[in-house]
Amino acid sequence: MLRLYNNLKDLYKYRVLIQNLVSRELKARYRGTVLGFLWSFVNPFLLMVIYTIVFGLIIGPKDPAFGDSPWKYALYLFCGVLPWTWFAASSIESANVLMVQGNLIKKVMFPVEILPVVVVISNFVHFIFGIPILLIFVPFLGKQYTLFLLFLPVVILVQFVFSLGFSFLVSSLTVHFRDIKDILTNMLTFWFFATPIIYTETLLTERNSKILDLWMNLNPMTHIMRGYQNSVFFGEMIRWKKLGITFLVSVVFLFIGYYVFDKLRDSFPEEV
Amino acid sequence: MAAITVQNVTRIYQKYSSRHRFKTFKSALIKRDFFKSLKPDELVTALKEVSFKVEEGTAFGVIGENGSGKSTLLKIVTGIVKPTSGTITVNGKVSALIELGAGFHPEITGRENVYINGIMLGLSKREINEKFDEIVRFAELEEFIEAPVKTYSSGMYMRLGFSIAINVNPDVLLVDEVLSVGDASFVPKCLDRINDFRRRKKTILFVSHDLASVRKICDKVIWLKEGVIQTIGEPNRVVDAYLQDVADKQEEDFEKRIRQQETVQEDKYDENRRENRWGKREIEIKKSVTKNLDGIEKHVFSPRDGMIIEMEVEAYSEIKDFAFGIGIFNSQGICCYGTNTILEELEPAFISGKGQVTFKIDRLNLVNGTYYLDVAVHKRDGYPFDYHRNLYSFLVSSHEKGTGIFLPDHSWKFSSNIRVKRTGEKLDLER
Repeated sequence: MLRLYNNLKDLYKYRVLIQNLVSRELKARYRGTVLGFLWSFVNPFLLMVIYTIVFGLIIGPKDPAFGDSPWKYALYLFCGVLPWTWFAASSIESANVLMVQGNLIKKVMFPVEILPVVVVISNFVHFIFGIPILLIFVPFLGKQYTLFLLFLPVVILVQFVFSLGFSFLVSSLTVHFRDIKDILTNMLTFWFFATPIIYTETLLTERNSKILDLWMNLNPMTHIMRGYQNSVFFGEMIRWKKLGITFLVSVVFLFIGYYVFDKLRDSFPEEV
Repeated sequence: MAAITVQNVTRIYQKYSSRHRFKTFKSALIKRDFFKSLKPDELVTALKEVSFKVEEGTAFGVIGENGSGKSTLLKIVTGIVKPTSGTITVNGKVSALIELGAGFHPEITGRENVYINGIMLGLSKREINEKFDEIVRFAELEEFIEAPVKTYSSGMYMRLGFSIAINVNPDVLLVDEVLSVGDASFVPKCLDRINDFRRRKKTILFVSHDLASVRKICDKVIWLKEGVIQTIGEPNRVVDAYLQDVADKQEEDFEKRIRQQETVQEDKYDENRRENRWGKREIEIKKSVTKNLDGIEKHVFSPRDGMIIEMEVEAYSEIKDFAFGIGIFNSQGICCYGTNTILEELEPAFISGKGQVTFKIDRLNLVNGTYYLDVAVHKRDGYPFDYHRNLYSFLVSSHEKGTGIFLPDHSWKFSSNIRVKRTGEKLDLER
């Protein structure tokens, strides 16, 4: 346990390398495009437009929380889709990262554990770029800014820890079981629809189904998404207790993920 | 003090990749043979109980055939791969010239890659700032440093990688076969840099197939064969022993190949054989072999060796008009030499029954390559009794590098205002 803690502390030692790799990732991603960094803003914006058209205008929201306004619904959607994109993208990229960067693992003495970290952070930066877009639209889509926005960083922190743990786990296991990559893509789609992102929590709770309630509570993403929705959309206090537990679970999960990663580390040069 | 200490290091690899493991993973579910993947025949021992010490300030060479465990050894010293058993200690900062530019990202510029690669190799940003110009200058990439790395040629890529790695200024430098990509002007520069390291009493572990460089750079050499240390010691001695082993192996392979060819030929239809052998065989060449001057059957020769071609012949009646001929062809079908008894004014008198004909070459004087032999017995006017076309072959192999066909005995001489040095000599002795 102490060793794990020390290893995680080592990550701090590599901060310059992490920082450089993240900026390399970001630079490389939009190199050669006309809009360049603007894509970081354009992508989430277009995503929001699409969801608004499909779910807001065509299907039409039924939930009283939106008061039949497709615009409010679009805002609600965006609160969830934006952080979800961060989570899903970093998970899928993590599944590939050790294979893609196989050269570094096989040919250079390289602290492998920073690779999933770089993935999570570079996607986090994209997410951060999306936040202003989200906030700009709040008054235009029929909501007001509230003081609860200040809790946004807390929710982000919880998600960060959870994503990191998940990335460690996925990246190391995929080296041995390549099927995970495909399983993960499908699992994330399912997970997305099983989390209150395109619908509200009440839609499920009002059914009074024990199984649904249990799932909702066990799914850490429920609480994280609810955190975003509360602080931006509903303008309510975040649910301290549930989010707190989620945070603790995420920390434990991070240790588990890192533990598995650490156990499998020696097999990477051979298997990637 | 020892810079690198390797003790009883063994490294075992799984023979098959994860794909195979998947098969066993699946079959493990279906057939429940969980332990099948642990069977010893699926393991490969890349290194077996290897122990040696590299003293500080020495250049240590590692030679051996492909797959003898050289690279695995280097990776273990670097720390990329963990030994299955045994220990390894390295004193000081290590820099490995294993895969140059392994961490380069193709989309970003050379400049950005220098920084990231430098940080990966353990430099701080300030150190890179200080060394940046030197790195670029050494790589000869001043004009291209702002271009994305994907536009670089493989030589430019490698030069930049080398330049960064060498500027890390390590105590222990590991070099693995990296100089093969460089052009004629860059390789000497690299070797100079490596020699510079030696002069400053840093430690070098040098893995290479370029035996001339090994002779030039190293103080001590180890020869790995199938993961086991074969010899360890003075470079010239070890390199020579290795070359002898390679020659022996070539002979073995060649013999095997010829034996296979023979069996194939026996299986062939007469039609095919007619192309390579013709004549009514009133006199038959029953067998033809190549031997060295000691009379031992051989197929691999050095250019300075002599060769004996021995034919067993049988005439089924007494014949008075006959001639024996020999032709040597290289792999392009060019006749290197051809002669027969008539041309050499050996008038036939008679032949009957079984006998032997020997053709002795005092010195082959041929350049490296595969050669094919024609042997024939025919009438004075050319009517063939038995003609074997390119049925036999031999290999000339040596580390002499001249081209052409003919390798004359030769030497160079220079007047006193011209100075040259032999590749095998160490650069230190030069000035």
